[in-house]
Amino acid sequence: MSKKPTAIAEKNSAPAVPANDAAHAPINAGLPREEKIELYRKMVRIRRFEERSLQAYQKGGKIGGFLHLYIGQEAVAVGCCSLMGKHDHVITAYRDHGHAIAVGMDTKPLMAELYGKATGCSKGKGGSMHYFDPTKNFWGGHGIVGGQIPLGVGLAYGVKYQGHKGAAMAFMGDGTVNQGAVHEAYNLASLWQLPVIFVIENNGYSMGTSQERSSAGALAKRAEGYDMAWGVCDGHDVYQVRATMDKFLRLAREESKPAVIEIRTYRYRGHSVADPDNTYRSKQEIEEYRRSKDPIQVFQNQLLTERVLDEALIEKIDAEARAEADAAADFSEASPFPTPDDIQKDVYWETDNPTERKSQGRLFFD
Amino acid sequence: MPVIEYREAIRDALAEELTRDANVVVFGEEVGQFQGAYKVTKGLLEKFGPKRIVDTPISEAGFIGMGIGASMLGVRPVMELMFWSFYSVAFDQILNNAANVRYMSGGQINCPIVIRGPANGGTNVGATHSHTPENVLANHPGVKVVVPATAYDAKGLLKSAIRDNDPVFFLENTMLYGEKGEIPTEEYLIPLGKADVKREGTDLTIVTYGRCVLHSLAAAALLEKEHDVSVEVVDLRCIRPLDIDTVLASVAKTHRVLIVEEQKPFASVGSQLAYMIQREAFDELDGPIHRLATIDAPAIYSPPVEAEQLPNPQRVLKAALAAVA
Repeated sequence: MSKKPTAIAEKNSAPAVPANDAAHAPINAGLPREEKIELYRKMVRIRRFEERSLQAYQKGGKIGGFLHLYIGQEAVAVGCCSLMGKHDHVITAYRDHGHAIAVGMDTKPLMAELYGKATGCSKGKGGSMHYFDPTKNFWGGHGIVGGQIPLGVGLAYGVKYQGHKGAAMAFMGDGTVNQGAVHEAYNLASLWQLPVIFVIENNGYSMGTSQERSSAGALAKRAEGYDMAWGVCDGHDVYQVRATMDKFLRLAREESKPAVIEIRTYRYRGHSVADPDNTYRSKQEIEEYRRSKDPIQVFQNQLLTERVLDEALIEKIDAEARAEADAAADFSEASPFPTPDDIQKDVYWETDNPTERKSQGRLFFD
Repeated sequence: MPVIEYREAIRDALAEELTRDANVVVFGEEVGQFQGAYKVTKGLLEKFGPKRIVDTPISEAGFIGMGIGASMLGVRPVMELMFWSFYSVAFDQILNNAANVRYMSGGQINCPIVIRGPANGGTNVGATHSHTPENVLANHPGVKVVVPATAYDAKGLLKSAIRDNDPVFFLENTMLYGEKGEIPTEEYLIPLGKADVKREGTDLTIVTYGRCVLHSLAAAALLEKEHDVSVEVVDLRCIRPLDIDTVLASVAKTHRVLIVEEQKPFASVGSQLAYMIQREAFDELDGPIHRLATIDAPAIYSPPVEAEQLPNPQRVLKAALAAVA
């Protein structure tokens, strides 16, 4: 049985989100101790990985382009992806580091991808926004707002067509709900009763434009127009994320019912590293979220209350996550860049598999 | 050999591949119950059922994207665009997702999807419905672009396209759907990227594809009969991969080139061909490379004038005479 956060939590200047009924949900109450620790560890690993990547970006000049950090939103990806079965699939947008770690990708190739190295998960060809690992049922990592959502419907279509009991989770930000492709995807999912959960990670801002300045009405409620189930949950609490998503994932897997779930969360960093974050929200607002709703702190308090964690284990997990992030950076540093010869590899399946090529003629031009 | 229409050849290719591979699914607007806006898919719903022949809402970005997503899991969708002109509303899916996902994933994913439908002018439907985007599509590494001119080619190429593991964009022509051709009774495939010399000649090479092959053959007959000019007509059949070797072999034989294309001239397929021919066969040329394209404006509605805006046998004839002058 969970209790209110203890004195230890208060000492850590935390947790406004009270211990809640979600801890009693069977999907959480039945979790073995090791799996609860694993949820906590994954959130810490995501945060330390991203802090290390930010350091490499800002201080080392090791990373180019965009870097969209997930810090503050960790409970969403970890909670959702912890529920994945063999035939469940994940696709998301460009803020994808958290999901990649949550589905079980190794942080070394993830960091190396940021460094643009040949050892990166996409061989240095995708970058921060384009992580993929089909062996973990993780289909990206997509750069265009909303472009991944029809693909997510296609994953659900594939699962259903092939006769599997599974579901696709198609993640998007709150700004994405205004893209046309999303609405086309909603209609197809409901029309054909496809097992897809559209997960809106509502961090309050579509880049620098707040929800009230960009979206009319309630976000998930738009599902009603497509005759789909919908729900809203607190994304600062990994137990709540799991309890809510478990319910809808079961409906998707067992009855092939789609749904739209809005998970309320917050990002502490700018939209990307290029965002100085001083124009559209106050420092006090960010601080208030950090102080009272930090998902790692909230869950730490919960697990302290449950006596799953203690201070020594908390420190050990944190030290290991920092060491892992440093090791990923060292690995990336030591790895080679792709060569100019690599530029034209991985373009066509046929040219990558020349012995099986059936077509003739030139595929590349100069 | 049986003589069938171009649309029937496409239908037969679909039916054969649907029968051969349970992962092949046909999607599109009006492909099932309505029997196809141009009757290409007539009878397929009855034969294969609604799991394999799927009517979609008017929602190109949604259903094309869905097909791409399903193809990543091994489904082999053949998506019909009622007109290729509607590619513009699915552009992000076609070019950011189908064309790029293999690259951005470092080769971990491939999209065995075919998108097919008509892409042509000449039907008096105005600028929105008359786009010929083969140049735009072929500009993107990762995709293959096929433009068949005859029933025989359409069938053999579509079967290869469906078996291909890369995204293939297959551009048909409403003005060709009723054209008849001989088709063998036994199964055959035509590899993508293999041009076909549709007529042999010695004085001028016309490099062309799609419906302009028919215009060029008609003009070539007149040129031989009335002007004593012997024309070789090279049908590219595929834009990417491109069989430039067959083009260069013909240039080495005739030493003069006319490119004929139903394309707006700026940055067209012909622009690329002209670059490659001059770069790789400069010494073979006895004169500048000529080109006949669509007159450079949005597609005009006015029926008699639209026929003049596009390449047609008379315009080809005139351009050919200029090229051999």
